[in-house]
Amino acid sequence: MPDPIHQFNIEKLIPLDYQGYDISFTNSSLFMVGALLLITFGLMFAMRSRALVPGRLQSVAEGAYEFVAGMVRDSMGEQGMKFFPLVFSLFTFILVLNMLGMVPGWFTVTSHLSVTAALAAIVFVTVIVVGFAKNGLHFLHLFVPSGVPWYVLPLVVAIEVISFFSRPLSHSVRLFANMLAGHITLKVFAGFIIMLLGAAGAMKGLAILPLTAATALTALEFLVAFLQAYVFTMLTCMYLNDALHPGH
Amino acid sequence: MAAETMHEGTEVPHGAEHGKAFPPLDPANFTPLLFWFAVTFAALYFMMSRFALPRIRDVIEERADRIKRDLDAAERLKGETEKALAAYEKALADARANASGIARQTREKLASETDAERAKVEGALTAKLADAEKAIGATKAKALASVSEIAADTAAAVVKQLSGKDVSLDEVKRALAPAAGE
Repeated sequence: MPDPIHQFNIEKLIPLDYQGYDISFTNSSLFMVGALLLITFGLMFAMRSRALVPGRLQSVAEGAYEFVAGMVRDSMGEQGMKFFPLVFSLFTFILVLNMLGMVPGWFTVTSHLSVTAALAAIVFVTVIVVGFAKNGLHFLHLFVPSGVPWYVLPLVVAIEVISFFSRPLSHSVRLFANMLAGHITLKVFAGFIIMLLGAAGAMKGLAILPLTAATALTALEFLVAFLQAYVFTMLTCMYLNDALHPGH
Repeated sequence: MAAETMHEGTEVPHGAEHGKAFPPLDPANFTPLLFWFAVTFAALYFMMSRFALPRIRDVIEERADRIKRDLDAAERLKGETEKALAAYEKALADARANASGIARQTREKLASETDAERAKVEGALTAKLADAEKAIGATKAKALASVSEIAADTAAAVVKQLSGKDVSLDEVKRALAPAAGE
C-alpha cells in the first residue's frame, strides 16, 4: 500500500543556505510562488481592459473583490476596509493553495502546520498591534465584558484571556488539520483501490466501493478547500473587529 | 520481511533523520517553509494593496459613479419633461378658454344682428299691413258708393218688368233718394 504521508514530504528543489539557516527552495516554495503569480497576474490579466461592462474574467475578479469586501464590511463596517488588502491576500492565498493541492500529485502547502501557524500569527499580531495602537489600554476591555456581576468577573476575565490566546492555535490547526486529514483520507481510499485490483478473482470487483468513496470524497474536499479558506477569512474579520471595537 | 524490520529497527536514529518524522510537523522543515512563506506572502500583499485591488476598486467605483450620473441625468430629464407637459397643458387650457370666449362673442354678435334684422323686417311688414288696410278701406268705400247706382238700375229693371212702363233712371234715383238719404 502506498504511503499516505509521502505526499506531505518536503523536497528540496534548490538547496539554499543563509548563514547556517536552511532556506532551500522546496516543492512547497514552488507552489507558494505559483499561487502568488497566479493570483497577481490572474487579477491583472482579468482587469486589463478595465471595462465598464465586465467580461467573464473581469466578473470573476470583481466578484472575488466584492465577496471579500462584503465580509469585511459586514463584520467591521466601512472603517475595516483598511484591513481589506490583508484579508483579501489571506483569502486568495489560502484558497488558491488549497485548490492547487486538489490537483492529483500536486503539493498542498496548507497541509503544513508551520505555514498555517504563520498565517494565524499574522492575524494575531495584527489584532494586538492595531488594538493597542488604536485604543491604548482601552483595548484591555476586550477581556472585561460589561454587565457582568463583580463576583464572577475574575472567572470571566480568565476565560476571555484564555480564549483570546488560544485563537491563533485553533485558527491555524483548523485549516491545517482539515487539509491534512482530507488528503490522507483520499490517499488511503485510493490505496484500497490498488490493493483490491491487485487481489485475486472476484475481489477485484470490490474495488468499485473505494472508487465511489474516493470520488465522493474528492467532491467533498473541493468544498472543504473553499470552506476552510472562507472560514479562515471570516474568523480573521471577527478577530480584526476586536482590534477596532474592543468594547464588545 | 522480518530481516528488513530488524534492519530498520537497528537504524532508527538514522531513519528518523531521513524523514521518518511526520513532515507537516517536522521542525527541520520550518525554516525553509516560513522563509518562503514570508517572501511570497509579503510579495502578494504588496501586489494586492498597490496594484490589483486599487485597479478593481477604481473600475467598480467608476461604474457606480457612471450609473449614479446616468440616473441623475434621467431624473433631471424627467423633471424637464414634466415641466414641458405642464406648460403644454396650460397652453391648451388657455387656448380652450380663448376659443370659448370667441365663440360666445360671435354667438352674441350674430344673435344681436338677427334681432336687428327681425325688428327691421317686422317694421316693414307692419307698414305694408297698414297700406293694405288703407287700400281695403278705400275699395270698400268705393264699393259702397256704387251700391245706390246698382240699386237704381235694379229698381228700374224691376219697375219695367212689373209695370211694363219705361222709367228713366233719374226718376228712380229721385224716388230712391229719400231711402238712400236715410
